[in-house]
Amino acid sequence: MAVPVAFFALFFAYPVVAIVGRGLKTDGDWQFGRIGTVLSRPDILDVLWFTTWQAIASTALTLLIALPGAYVFARFDFPGKQLLRAVVTVPFVLPTVVVGTAFLALLGRGGFLDELWGIRLDTTVWAILLAHVFFNYAVVVRTVGGLWSQLDPRQEEAARVLGAGRLAAWRRVTLPALAPAVAAAALMVFLFTFTSFGVVQILGGPAYSTLEVEIYRQTAQLLDLPTAAVLTLVQFAAVGGILAVHAWTVRRRETALRLVDPAQTSRRPHGAGQWALLGGVLLTVLLLIVVPLGVLVERSLDTSGGYGFGFYRALQSAEASGSTFLVPPLDAIGNSLRYALVATLIALVIGGLAAAALTRRAGRLVRGFDALLMLPLGVSAVTVGFGFLITLDEPPLDLRTSWILVPLAQALVGVPFVVRTMLPVLRAVDERLREAAAVLGASPLRAWREVDLPLVRRAVLVAAGFAFAVSLGEFGATVFIARPDNPTLPVAVARLLGRSGELNYGQAMALSTILMLVCAVSLLLLERIRTDRSGEF
Amino acid sequence: MNTTTKYAATALAAALGVTVLAGCGGSDDKSSGDTGAGSKTVTLVSHDSFNASDAVLKAFTKQTGYKVKVLKSGDAGAALNQEILTKGSPRGDVFFGADNTLLSRALDNGLFTSYEAEGLDRVAADTQLDADEHRVTPIDTGDICVNYDKKYFADKKLDPPNSFDDLLKPAYKNLLVTENAATSSPGLGFLLGTVASQGETGYQDYWKKLKSNGVKVVDGWEQAYNEEFSGSAGGRKAKADRPLVVSYASSPPVEVLYADPQPDEAPTGVATGTCFRQIEFAGLLDGAKNEAGGKALLDFLISKQFQEDMPLNMFVNPVVKDAKLPELFTKFGATVDKPATVAPEKIAKNREQWVQSWSSLVVK
Repeated sequence: MAVPVAFFALFFAYPVVAIVGRGLKTDGDWQFGRIGTVLSRPDILDVLWFTTWQAIASTALTLLIALPGAYVFARFDFPGKQLLRAVVTVPFVLPTVVVGTAFLALLGRGGFLDELWGIRLDTTVWAILLAHVFFNYAVVVRTVGGLWSQLDPRQEEAARVLGAGRLAAWRRVTLPALAPAVAAAALMVFLFTFTSFGVVQILGGPAYSTLEVEIYRQTAQLLDLPTAAVLTLVQFAAVGGILAVHAWTVRRRETALRLVDPAQTSRRPHGAGQWALLGGVLLTVLLLIVVPLGVLVERSLDTSGGYGFGFYRALQSAEASGSTFLVPPLDAIGNSLRYALVATLIALVIGGLAAAALTRRAGRLVRGFDALLMLPLGVSAVTVGFGFLITLDEPPLDLRTSWILVPLAQALVGVPFVVRTMLPVLRAVDERLREAAAVLGASPLRAWREVDLPLVRRAVLVAAGFAFAVSLGEFGATVFIARPDNPTLPVAVARLLGRSGELNYGQAMALSTILMLVCAVSLLLLERIRTDRSGEF
Repeated sequence: MNTTTKYAATALAAALGVTVLAGCGGSDDKSSGDTGAGSKTVTLVSHDSFNASDAVLKAFTKQTGYKVKVLKSGDAGAALNQEILTKGSPRGDVFFGADNTLLSRALDNGLFTSYEAEGLDRVAADTQLDADEHRVTPIDTGDICVNYDKKYFADKKLDPPNSFDDLLKPAYKNLLVTENAATSSPGLGFLLGTVASQGETGYQDYWKKLKSNGVKVVDGWEQAYNEEFSGSAGGRKAKADRPLVVSYASSPPVEVLYADPQPDEAPTGVATGTCFRQIEFAGLLDGAKNEAGGKALLDFLISKQFQEDMPLNMFVNPVVKDAKLPELFTKFGATVDKPATVAPEKIAKNREQWVQSWSSLVVK
């Protein structure tokens, strides 16, 4: 436990406290009065109000659209299910710069809705809400669907044999078992939409702003550190609250449920109703997720000389990008993979140690630490990035210009995923299995190898996959740190989009498509490795 | 998945991890092993738009023995603010990218130490805004102007606008998209242009009229140019419907350079009567570890070689009089004779207030 605590203290708590302190201290004295001053400003109250209500609306809409999906993925068997599950997860890891672009194509002028019904949503809050559904669909499908597929349908059947109606059986048996997972998913979606940055910045324009966007503006653009510090504290309090409730629902979920192998519970749909449900979900996924992703692919191939791979070819030379990077943009793939692998290793070590510590010990302090590990998901990247700048500036820890800072920052967001994936598995290892092995004459080492390792190895791979995907897509912190001679994919995309000219735009689309493919392939591999679905994501 | 495949996958992942770690370690040694006092590396901190060709950076190394390490950190505003935060313990030796709209913030924070770069006499006098103390050296100028989609105006048989006042005409209703002046540097430049042309009291009235003439405001240049502006490559694909955008005078040559095949004429034009002049500066950072290298780099930044390399890398204009512009600029670029300007002291005093009243007028 000492290693993860030290890691978080040094690379998260210290930088964040330092940057907040910079904003709230004058000549060494804390100026807590500033909190009141900032929070009574009408523009700040507007931001708070919008942040909250859009997060509530986004969460409700996501649940409404994604819960049928969770059911379909859990209970039905259909060809291409694994591929589709990987596809719906791709948006979760794509940089928002890119997705905002794709989404405008769907909802904006000349978009799908516009052509069909003349409806344009790009100037309304609907664009933000739908984009949030796009990003978080997978959270619900994976969290709720994962558990749903392991619930034994025979329990519901038993209730019906005992005379309960279909609805009553579902309400009495399935719903209570599912409720904590739905609550956990809803809270995760709420957390992600409450701290939404890219989506709101691109689709919301200057008129709409979340706390996260406002923190970025106040810090990076206006250098108004006092205001940024107060907003950071507010976000901290809100995220802390969300995480506390989340931790509570997770604990409730870990109470014994009779879980079965998902392979036993899913079958081919039968009857008109089930086929219609499956069709409806597939259509939703197609419209909401596949089409926006398809737009990116289409644009990456749409060269002035007709469809072709011209932009992809251009990625191979530094010349064609006007030496934007000093290296061919294609090198960004290598950089991204390298950074993501190092970040994954760090996240696995830190997260693994933390999960192990959390399994062995219980108690209020440890549970608090559990929630603490999730905080990086809810703290602004610019706060962490600027915090790094003012804290890690002295040897031997002058890491500000070192490449290791990129994977370190990425690992911060990867750790929560590792902990969340491994914790349920580690907790589920039945003590009796180890005892049985011992009784049968196995040495402790052999018992660990035969009992723990096979169970945990799978979880490690799954956790690694998530940490890897999150690191690949991480943009906020990386953009401040990545050096020009080795940009990551998202940073390269953003830089290409920052210049005019067809070739730059086309290359940005081509790189985004590659990023998407890399993500999809990693996730597909993950699907194959993963046979156990009790993890949260 | 069977056991053999699982073991293979695990082994492969482990092998990959080790190889990559080794690779990372290697590249690190190569590039950052030699920083610090008396070192042969000089570090240039800048914003994301900084670019120089490889050949020119190598020439600098050949002339002076110093190797340049470039550190980009976000857009212009964010990059400067990070320098202010790390004041006294900078990450590099020279900072490039403080422009005249933010210059006072850099100078008031004492970011730079004085150094009169060699060859400063060749630099245009009207760009030397710190001529008394030489804390900063002008490096380039660029003009923020309204760009127009040539095809749109040709099809409509309509003349494109050419002045701030033109933009208020009913003929151009709902055609212009601009950037948020609070967060985007072209957005701020355009606002300052209207202050210069309409006066410190008249600009508010001007923006009220511009708003009722249907100006659209988006957060950043990328969205405005790639998503909303019908004349850009991205905008054409996105079926954008705004033929007027606030961008740079150098945007049309860029559209030509990055088209394949290159057209005979730029698809976009510049409304030269709507321009605001930006001047970018570089300075020696206070607390720089390699002061000598930093000074050499500043000299180099205003050398003819660097100045002539700059236009096609950063799409800005040189400040030294003897630097020749590339053909792409002379052929496709616009000449801006009378750009709007506002004195830096005036900007420093009023920037926040102008932006704030602009926000409440136009955005909310």
